[in-house]
Amino acid sequence: MLILTCPVCGVTAEETEFHGGGEAHLKRFGPGSSEGDFHDYLFSKENPKGVHLERWRHNNGCGKWFHAARDTVTLEVYGTYPAQTSEPPQDIKDAISAKRPGWTWRDFS
Amino acid sequence: MSTRLATGGRLLDKSRQLKFAFNGKQLRGFAGDTIASALLANDQMLIGRSFKYHRPRGVVASGAEEPNGLVGMGTDDSFEPNQRVTTTELYDGLTASSQNHWPSLEFDVGVINSKLSRFLPAGFYYKTFMYPRAFWKHVYEPIIRQSAGLGKAPKHRDPDTYEHFYAFTDVLVIGGGVAGLTAARAAALTGARVMVIEQTAHWGGRAPVDGGSVDGQPVDTFITEIVAQLDAMDNVTLRTRTMGAGVYDHGYVLGYERVGDHQPGAAGPRHRLWRIRATQIVTATGAIERPLSFAGNDVPGVMLASAVRDYAVDYGVSVGDRTVVVTNNDDAYRTAITLKKLGLDVPAILDARVTAQDSPLMTEAKGLGITVMMGHAISSVKGGKRVTGVAVCSQAGEGAVLKEIACDAVAMSGGWSPVVHLWSHCGGKLIWDEATAAFRPDASKAPTGATGEGFVLPAGAANGVLHLGAVLADSDVAGYAAAKAAGFTPKKPAKAPQGNAPDEAQMMPVWMMPQGAGYDKRSKAWLDYQNDVKVSDVQLAAREGFESVEHAKRYTTLGMATDQGKLSNINGLAILSDTLNQPIPQTGTTTFRPPYTPISMASIAGEARDERFQPLRRTPMYDWHAENGAYWEPVGHWRRPYCYQRAGETIEAAVAREVTATRESLGLLDASTLGKLMVKGPDAGKFLDMLYTNMMSTLKPGRCRYGLMCNENGFLIDDGVVARIDDETFLCHTTTGGAESIHGHMEEWLQTEWWDWNVYVANLTEEYAQIAVVGPRARDTLAKLTGDDISADTLPFMAWADITLGGMQARAYRISFSGELSYEIAVKASEGRALWDALLAAGAEYNATTYGTEALHIMRAEKGFIMIGDETDGTVIPQDLGLGWAISKKKEDYLGKRAQARSHMTDPKRWKLVGLETLDGSVLPDGAYCTADGTNDNGQRNVQGRVTSTYHSPTLGRGIAMGLVLNGPDRMGDVLEFPKVDGAAIKAKIVDPVFFDREGEKQNV
Repeated sequence: MLILTCPVCGVTAEETEFHGGGEAHLKRFGPGSSEGDFHDYLFSKENPKGVHLERWRHNNGCGKWFHAARDTVTLEVYGTYPAQTSEPPQDIKDAISAKRPGWTWRDFS
Repeated sequence: MSTRLATGGRLLDKSRQLKFAFNGKQLRGFAGDTIASALLANDQMLIGRSFKYHRPRGVVASGAEEPNGLVGMGTDDSFEPNQRVTTTELYDGLTASSQNHWPSLEFDVGVINSKLSRFLPAGFYYKTFMYPRAFWKHVYEPIIRQSAGLGKAPKHRDPDTYEHFYAFTDVLVIGGGVAGLTAARAAALTGARVMVIEQTAHWGGRAPVDGGSVDGQPVDTFITEIVAQLDAMDNVTLRTRTMGAGVYDHGYVLGYERVGDHQPGAAGPRHRLWRIRATQIVTATGAIERPLSFAGNDVPGVMLASAVRDYAVDYGVSVGDRTVVVTNNDDAYRTAITLKKLGLDVPAILDARVTAQDSPLMTEAKGLGITVMMGHAISSVKGGKRVTGVAVCSQAGEGAVLKEIACDAVAMSGGWSPVVHLWSHCGGKLIWDEATAAFRPDASKAPTGATGEGFVLPAGAANGVLHLGAVLADSDVAGYAAAKAAGFTPKKPAKAPQGNAPDEAQMMPVWMMPQGAGYDKRSKAWLDYQNDVKVSDVQLAAREGFESVEHAKRYTTLGMATDQGKLSNINGLAILSDTLNQPIPQTGTTTFRPPYTPISMASIAGEARDERFQPLRRTPMYDWHAENGAYWEPVGHWRRPYCYQRAGETIEAAVAREVTATRESLGLLDASTLGKLMVKGPDAGKFLDMLYTNMMSTLKPGRCRYGLMCNENGFLIDDGVVARIDDETFLCHTTTGGAESIHGHMEEWLQTEWWDWNVYVANLTEEYAQIAVVGPRARDTLAKLTGDDISADTLPFMAWADITLGGMQARAYRISFSGELSYEIAVKASEGRALWDALLAAGAEYNATTYGTEALHIMRAEKGFIMIGDETDGTVIPQDLGLGWAISKKKEDYLGKRAQARSHMTDPKRWKLVGLETLDGSVLPDGAYCTADGTNDNGQRNVQGRVTSTYHSPTLGRGIAMGLVLNGPDRMGDVLEFPKVDGAAIKAKIVDPVFFDREGEKQNV
């Protein structure tokens, strides 16, 4: 059972207080988008062995969504950050690079 | 025979005699006995039958690894199957019975399976029960069910209590042997909070049995002193009878404390589940001795050498008068020496090794006059329900018998396997140790925590270190390292205890005995006692292509019994490796999963049973419902009246009465559970236009609109009426079950996609009580309680107004889910009951009738209104339900719009909503499918639709239903066939889904 820190309210709590919400930094495709783009938006999700950026909601706490940079193999948490961003902040990227030099995730590195 | 010795028994209190019963036989033991030691003391060697072949079985081990000694304990509501005799402490009045035999333990007809064992090979079920397919359900399944399962499930309700404890510690030490205690002290001296849990009732593990000395004192003295020292430290918590069940992510550990098992009737819980968060964990879980694979190694009387020693030293029990020791290592010599010193006979030590020089233990054994036969092995064990002797052969050959030795017990040792389970649970890796022929923790690949650093440290025998001196040194280092990793440093340097024990000669891996055993021997050499897996079975699995250890395990069931392969794992994969001609590390191990030993289901539930199972949500009118015959229906965490039953009234009659009274005059419904989400802000209209399929931004303040909500996949997820309060404020009603999830859905989009929109959402569901006032007399009733104008002109259908009702500030929404003239009145939750009472009083002259959820459902179905969860199931889009009118054509975008344009969503063959009217007026079964011509690829009848809602309509006096049917709306009048479970079919005609008041004359008055 993971321990995460909600970047919005600052509480560090057990996984049962949160709810996982899948891949972070999704780009929405709506009406007018191609079949391929829309299909990928709905169904083709990152499932890496290693560094992953994912969404969580502090649903038994402040109710806010946030993002976590996490390693799916070592279970290391590189950091959490607010969801209101379209890319991970530099300090999070630096924290990952310090442990996993040369990491990439989608277009981020 | 096995018997109690005149002396010895370090764990016994011989002043306290206990009575107990086994299979109805009255027996006696002492306080401190386990069931196993007490049975052996009473010469009860045969204690069960094996699972598959029903072979007679006796105790093999003395601890958690015991595969055979499982009994049913207690009677009636205290009955519990599969209790392990080696880990269950004896108490006065205990009753136990053996399992898996008929008609009796001594004479079991199932033993015929043993004679047929050649025809019951690995994968027997898979091979035999395949064809013909027609036999699956009515022939094979009953046979398999009859023979499946060990023990019988209890039938009574459990009267005991269980609880959860939460604990936080810097260092958790799992295992209270000399390694765990040493590690705990090293950690505790740094000031770290330390918790030590030990699965047995005693500290010190098996070191006192094995002998040696610590700092010049006997091991027992060392244990007493270190426990006293730890006990006196404020930062140390010590718990016996508490097993480390599992290690999970980020230092989460489950401990299982057997609080009351040894003292039934005592106050307090029976089991306690510890939910521990530890910064660092030391696994000092010891090691388990391996059996040797020789023919007849399962005959009662063949035991692990360490267990024979344990019973003698700890419980003063001799397993046999003449014990042959067979080994591949030095440790088993301790058993021979112990027995000899107790005055028992050890005819021979059969040592598979050939060593150049005697080790100290060999010298000691020989000095006691014990015959040591190097390079020798057991060819086969004589005896059926009890060992009568062994045939001796050379380990190197094929098993030609050199001589026979009469004996009544065999003590075997194939070396020691570290208990690596807890290290492995959360991803710790293992390495193969050639010297001890065992897997041990790979310190460089520890399970990692939130910081990416390791959080588990193995210590002592669990780390593959077996010599007493090395164990103490290793665990002192591990304890200190754990504290340091948790952020502590020593205030003063502590001195590690110095252990002293004889040096031992190198062990030799022996996976088969003798080396060249033929099929007849291999097919009688057991690996997994509980699941009856033999050497020959694993070899067969490998030959048939089940080469992966995980496949071989499942094919043969090796290690899948309740002991989870604690004895069989290494031996089995060694045989597999040997058959595949590959080194053992290449074969690898199966995955170790928690719990370490079985834990009770009740301990997992803890206090969460009955009214504490989950929270109950009550509306403000709950008590009135309870006092007035409510027949409850759980809806999420709410409990709503399904109907209100009067004395002598059936459920069906109550529902019909409620529907009729509402349609004819006046009904009242507690609608407080409906979700009420306030959406507010300059961008609220824009936001709701994205959330709902229809246009909400054009709704005028004071008006209501029914809306549909889809997810991004296009599927309908919720519906409800939206009221516009003012320019920037909307109140969105959701379904009862959808209140929290739709709130979350809104928050998700606001926080993660449109975070720059100025909108705020609040869930006001519990702030308001809401009452539906329904029926032709609804307006008359309200008029008696208000001076405000609620006429059809001022408050028309789909409008709302703030009014004063019975002196209360109320909001009246003129909306209808029944097709009647209807107002939903919202007041502060605290005034809900007062309004309910006022409406009942005012409506009394109109036969005001409270109605429940079933009447609500029937009335909506009569009107053809859909219900989320009935007409929808997560695969239905609004277009399927004829709700195209509620989908905006003007909006460029809403959630689900793009998905609803995908080819599968626009497929004209999607099943569509229709009404269904049975020709004979009966009620269609819920969920029934209607058949079509022909069959599918699986030979099943094709289907062309299904029932989504079905009721008896009191209004129409007949069955009505809604369903999704292929091309349904274009086939009005067609008759479909719906087969029932009994094979008969009901005919139903496709009709309009609106059965009642098609023009809406009743609601719009």
